Amino acid sequence: MNIINFTPASAFTGGLMIGLAVILFYVLNGRLIGVSGIASNFLNSKKNRIDNFLFLIGLIIGPIVYKFFTQDEINISISNSFILLVIAGLLVGLGTRIGGGCTSGHGISGIGRFSLRSIIATLTFMIVGIATVLIKNIL
Amino acid sequence: MNRFISLISGIIFGAGLTVSQMINPAKVLGFLNIFGEWDPSLAFVMIGALIIFSPFFHVFKGKKKPYFADNFYYSNNKELNKKLIIGSSLFGAGWGLVGLCPGPAIASLALLNTDSLFFVITMFIGFYISNLFETKS
Repeated sequence: MNIINFTPASAFTGGLMIGLAVILFYVLNGRLIGVSGIASNFLNSKKNRIDNFLFLIGLIIGPIVYKFFTQDEINISISNSFILLVIAGLLVGLGTRIGGGCTSGHGISGIGRFSLRSIIATLTFMIVGIATVLIKNIL
Repeated sequence: MNRFISLISGIIFGAGLTVSQMINPAKVLGFLNIFGEWDPSLAFVMIGALIIFSPFFHVFKGKKKPYFADNFYYSNNKELNKKLIIGSSLFGAGWGLVGLCPGPAIASLALLNTDSLFFVITMFIGFYISNLFETKS
């Protein structure tokens, strides 16, 4: 095991911002953020649809606001295999709904309120995620 | 007012994903690559978020009402079942394949990247399909 590209300070700062967003949504609107839940309810349910829509739009505006204030380029590197993207998108869409949450809903909102269900979900998707990367690297 | 809060929360959340670089799938794959060249940074995203949210949640829990809504509304499902494990495993596999989970995937649409658009569209198809089965059962 070699450690590379370690950026704990910016990761921690970004984490604090995400925590702040979860707090605002909880204290003011009374709901806990889980992005897969919000996105899927926006698609499938009329309830709170405008709120859910505005949250998702905010998610997209976030990086633009970041760029505006810092003048930094945002670099991302993503697989360009169409088949891989489609399979992964389906797995994430189905899996988060069957399991009732994703990295934010289980990993932050759930673990933050000490939900055993969310702790187990988070350990599960972390372990499978790590195993998937390992297998991909061997193949 | 709560619509404005929804938008603001989304913006702060999306900016946080950008600051932490969790928006970058390569960073996520580096985090999951424990047995290779490991980049542990993203563990600090979770630590940062939990360190302020968790105490706040527990202090605020006794309050009767949120400021701009009639009551608190969140899942208090405690069931530990096969669905939880199967769903989380499928999600983990998809996450490890490309390095995108729902929040960063949607936020990355800001960069007008067609690859993340493909991912988001199929993710929404996944939401739609699982909802069909959910309403049937």
